[in-house]
Amino acid sequence: MTTGGSEAGPAYEVLIERGKIREFATAMQSESPAYEGESAVIPPTFLTTAARWAPAGARADTGFERARLLHGEQEFVFHGPPPRAGQRLWATERIVDRSEKSGRRGGLMRLAVVLTEFRDDDGTLVAEARSTLIERAKPTEQPS
Amino acid sequence: MSAPVTGVEVGSAGPERAFGPLTTQMFVRYSGASGDLNPMHYDDVFARKAGYPSVFSQGMHQAALLATFATDWLGAENVRRFHVRFREQVWPGDVLTCSGVVAAIQESAEGRLATVDLTCTRQDGSVAISGSADFLVG
Repeated sequence: MTTGGSEAGPAYEVLIERGKIREFATAMQSESPAYEGESAVIPPTFLTTAARWAPAGARADTGFERARLLHGEQEFVFHGPPPRAGQRLWATERIVDRSEKSGRRGGLMRLAVVLTEFRDDDGTLVAEARSTLIERAKPTEQPS
Repeated sequence: MSAPVTGVEVGSAGPERAFGPLTTQMFVRYSGASGDLNPMHYDDVFARKAGYPSVFSQGMHQAALLATFATDWLGAENVRRFHVRFREQVWPGDVLTCSGVVAAIQESAEGRLATVDLTCTRQDGSVAISGSADFLVG
């Protein structure tokens, strides 16, 4: 079963910072000069850090139980060259798809796709992040 | 600014890259860099209480290593899409091998766009992450 998504949350500011890019590149064991200097470009998965800029209430809430939460898939799309250090983006999050499946050991597994859009000051869509989140089925109770 | 890589055709493979043996320090470094401070990835006591043998790596950490491989090969400025599917857990001591091969090439508004299949494999051959990405090529 697939159902619709949610309204977009309020846009929040995301500043692309040179030092954060450098820190992220170190964690990804990269020595690429592309991630260094004044006009450092962001690594492909860097926008995962953008959530730290979100004020309370701006993030999409799946309602899934944290202990049963899994990250299934992640995608980043860039509509042109990826953003660089010094750029300011505006992020909005919303749930674009929800579905349910029977768990392998019974019970119901829930899935949600959260889309984050990143726009520049002019409103042009620069990048998108798409997260597929899974809430595992509750263990079925054994008859006693 | 690096120009798109030339000589890329369907079937072209990037130079494989191994990462590891992975350490908890690497997981901690990724936690700090990403801002994902889930203790499951650096607090052994917490992970054992949850029923795991030890801490394990973040899926997005492996995705970042796969991104290092892919952008070293085809250029960080040239990426237009990067997709990963998380499959197997990754543990301290694991050695990951990242590889990729061009699956398709098409024309886009910006020029030739290569779709590459990406794989991040554990030392026992199991696939930790499979992925797919689009890069502009020359």
